[in-house]
Amino acid sequence: MSDFEEFPPGADVWPDDFSRRDFVKLAAASLALAGVGCTRQPLETIVPYVATPEHRVQGEPQWFATAIPFRGFGFGVLAKSFEGRPVKLEGNPDHPASLGATNAFVQASILDLYDPQRSQYVRKNGAPSSWSAFAAEVVPAIGRGGRGLHILSQTITSPSLIALTAQFPAAKWHQWEPVSRDAVYEGTRLAFGAPLEPRYHFENADVVVALDADFLSDDPASVRYARDFTRRRSSTTNRLYALEPMPTITGAMADHRLPCRASDVANHARALAERIALPTGDHWIDAIARDLIAHRGAALVVAGDCQPPIVHALAHSINSFVGGGRTVEYSEPVASPTSHIDSLRDLIHDLDAGAVDVLIILGGNPVYDTPIDLDFMHHLARAKISVHLSPYVDETSSRTQWHLPESHPLEQWSDIRAFDGTATIIQPLIAPLYDTRSAHEVLSMLTGAPATGHDIVKNFWSPRTNFEASLARGIVEGTALPAVPVERRPLPAAEHESRGAPLEINLRPDPTIWDGRHAKNGWLQELPKPITKLVWGSAAFVGPQLAERLHLRNEQVVEISAHGQIVSAPVWIVPGHADGSVTLHFPNAYPLLFSDSLLAISGASLRNTLKVHSLVSTQEHFTLDGRDHLRVATLEEARRDPHWAHDPEKEPRRDETLYPAYPYLGHAWGMAIDLNSCIGCGACVIACNAENNIPFVGREQVARGRAMHWIRVDRYFAGSIDDPKIDHEPILCMHCENAPCEPVCPVEATVHSSEGLNEMVYNRCIGTRYCSNNCPYKVRRFNFLQYAPKSDPIDLMWNPDVTVRSRGVMEKCTYCVQRIERTRIRAADEHRPIRDGEIVTACQQACPAQAIVFGDVNDPKSRVSRLKAEGRNYSILAELNTRPRTTYLGKLRNPNAELEKR
Amino acid sequence: MAQLFSRAASVRLNVALLIVFVALPVIGSFGWWALYNSPLRTRRDIPIEQPIFFSHKHHAGQLGIDCRYCHATVETSAFAGIPPIHTCMSCHSQVWRTAAMLEPVRAAWRTGIVLPWIRVNDLPQFTVFDHSIHVNRGVGCATCHGRVDQMDVVAPAVTFDMRWCLKCHRQVARDDSQMKHLTDCVTCHR
Repeated sequence: MSDFEEFPPGADVWPDDFSRRDFVKLAAASLALAGVGCTRQPLETIVPYVATPEHRVQGEPQWFATAIPFRGFGFGVLAKSFEGRPVKLEGNPDHPASLGATNAFVQASILDLYDPQRSQYVRKNGAPSSWSAFAAEVVPAIGRGGRGLHILSQTITSPSLIALTAQFPAAKWHQWEPVSRDAVYEGTRLAFGAPLEPRYHFENADVVVALDADFLSDDPASVRYARDFTRRRSSTTNRLYALEPMPTITGAMADHRLPCRASDVANHARALAERIALPTGDHWIDAIARDLIAHRGAALVVAGDCQPPIVHALAHSINSFVGGGRTVEYSEPVASPTSHIDSLRDLIHDLDAGAVDVLIILGGNPVYDTPIDLDFMHHLARAKISVHLSPYVDETSSRTQWHLPESHPLEQWSDIRAFDGTATIIQPLIAPLYDTRSAHEVLSMLTGAPATGHDIVKNFWSPRTNFEASLARGIVEGTALPAVPVERRPLPAAEHESRGAPLEINLRPDPTIWDGRHAKNGWLQELPKPITKLVWGSAAFVGPQLAERLHLRNEQVVEISAHGQIVSAPVWIVPGHADGSVTLHFPNAYPLLFSDSLLAISGASLRNTLKVHSLVSTQEHFTLDGRDHLRVATLEEARRDPHWAHDPEKEPRRDETLYPAYPYLGHAWGMAIDLNSCIGCGACVIACNAENNIPFVGREQVARGRAMHWIRVDRYFAGSIDDPKIDHEPILCMHCENAPCEPVCPVEATVHSSEGLNEMVYNRCIGTRYCSNNCPYKVRRFNFLQYAPKSDPIDLMWNPDVTVRSRGVMEKCTYCVQRIERTRIRAADEHRPIRDGEIVTACQQACPAQAIVFGDVNDPKSRVSRLKAEGRNYSILAELNTRPRTTYLGKLRNPNAELEKR
Repeated sequence: MAQLFSRAASVRLNVALLIVFVALPVIGSFGWWALYNSPLRTRRDIPIEQPIFFSHKHHAGQLGIDCRYCHATVETSAFAGIPPIHTCMSCHSQVWRTAAMLEPVRAAWRTGIVLPWIRVNDLPQFTVFDHSIHVNRGVGCATCHGRVDQMDVVAPAVTFDMRWCLKCHRQVARDDSQMKHLTDCVTCHR
């Protein structure tokens, strides 16, 4: 058994200053008032259309193809609209970056649309103003052809927006984003002489080396890559090596992970490239090199966006030797390959020279996220007119003269390119909730002849494609960029970097709030970060050796100083973090972002302040630790014993009961989760939130163990603390056939359905919480407070098929019963049986790795039945005879025997 | 010493006890039960006045217009649909074009400003209902909505209490082993 308490301290404490005596008084008053407070249901109005919009069936959702930006690249989605309100986003199966799945960022963007904190009107110097006043002041200030006009944006891949800027030939366009693709383009320039966009084919790779590359979560194509990688893994079992400082989900998937400092990756990459020709003597590198050579034609080396260009160039060189052209191809860059930092320096120079009449900042928050030594905030004041278009009033908005509220992607016409160049036309699902406009509309306003977003986008695409067909399908046919042939150039000689700097700082994007742009999104803040499981905050991540040397403990505040700047952050010790380096995530890391070192700082110093700042990590909430619930084997072990995951002695026999077995005559719903595919990204958690109206509860409530997630992804470390194996296990309601929660409910609020669902009846629940206490899997969640806001505009977001729960009610995963029932009814309307795979749960639909399969276990031919028949299939806590309907397929590792026997 | 209590006092006490402990609870229970089932709570059979006078008796009964002409999505959607102004105007742009009674309808059509209606059959928020499956499996409109074709102003014909729904659901679940899910909680509450 673990040392952890089952419930964190304070979990049963009343949330504010409120005594037990006060509670009894209030309860007595409530009881007295309950008798007089009842009225009958009030009359409700019902509003017919004047004329029903085309294709609208009242009471049925409609789907529209559009796209959500991720790092400036397009991510195709199908948006579900209910009576004109967008309520849920699903991946567009036709879109190359999605293939039907999504990631957490995309799922959570629906919450941004209905965020009450959004900026709602134009401001001039902080005071309310209007769009017409803006146009009247700014348009005359722009010179002929846009002279004196400077535009600063994040990465932009919108073809029509780029075409719009052509109307200002004399204007200058600058790009800045702290985590850019600069190194990717510069790396291909080093390797091939021209900036190119690499496209990886993980579906062809048997051996993959990730050089500090988190391709499963932070690449613009990460969802696609996760699908390709895990599919190859389940069919032929590929092998992944990862070299990285801070464990990421890619490192967690790796069969071999080498914790190494970010600055050492370049040396390893060079050694690997040289070793392909000659042995080096380094055990690790030699083994990888032999493996790469042995799998020539199916080998791939990927460099991470945060690594310097030389690492990318080395990766490309190795690939040209061992990839055989099948694992990577190159196209023209999708985004502008101009270096972001040069572009920003250029802008600062122009600002200094007084050459900037009008500075339009399209999105982003440059006052906050530009390198600290460039002092953008100070230079910004030199622009004669400064304008910031942004969805929120942020640091930049309050230092520009004009703030313009920006429309959400679900409120505007636009277009965007995916990682392979495929364009998607973005269409609005709802008229702007507030007086907001899109970047297109603002730029067209500046031309003096304002056009609507619709006209701009339609006029751009109509001559190029069938506009209606492209809009309906969600991709513009034939816009994917073709692969171009490349010719390798000799690489520059090794730079002799001064190695052995005492301490190195890696600045990295946060796994859930990226560079800070999602910081206002409560779902993403409350999504436990994949490895650390921290929520609502971040830390300075260090390895166990460094922590031991410096006597650091979790949550102790340290001051990290470099180049005269200091940032203080609480420490979080991450097993497997490289020694001699500290990882800081944005936005915490901004005080240490310098224009010459950007994402890697060497020669920093660290001081323990001995103060403590508490962090909230959910790993120890609802823990199942120490009960053999996670089964992992190597491929070799699995070959020797195909039923390795199964322990028949532990599973009680089905006939060991006095009662007759319940006959499940119709459907019997069940789920199988393949731990071999699960990458631990958390897309399922946010998808479940959006589908099932699950609110976020805030930092203080999560600290008490009151997060409401119906599905959680547990993370486990195994092996040595310096280089552990990392595993993920998604846990949701198991829908046990012998559910321990059911017999303890005094009011029958949780009962079993005829199809094996463990039902939760909210309007019966009186909140005793006995069920939750009796659940061995710890999947039940209680509404301690009224978490779900029932106020405008958030109430527009709730899924009308799912009850919005009130305070005092227990809830948990329902297997998306609303989807089961809707599918059942539609099938019955058409007088046909439900097809296998027709019911898709929200978590299953979002999963980039397709690790979750749902279906009818009574049908032996269904996909879920076939998976459950595999030797790897096992039930968690089967010895309790709960007979869970959710079962797991054990995880397989494919270690290199050469490295294992060491 | 004289008796402290008169002879009748004992009888009066017994009567009082009988009233307080037997008669009042019995009458109270019956009273509550009657009140609970009365139209005061259920609104059953009480016509609900709408913003304009629309006679279902005239349109559905006397003219014989099919229910589905106006409630068009009843076979394909959870919601039967209430007709848009466009549906009214499909006839009333030709007949009764100048009737004063129809002025609110024409005004809505001219201005595009919606005409809110009062919901007659209103289920609680925690209950899910799908029209299409009931209609497609042979439950006629009148089973739940009564003889709307005989009502000038529509009134709820049944109470839509759970026991009323379960009368059919239990029957079908008992008769057909493939339809046992009809009495699962999640069929209506999720």
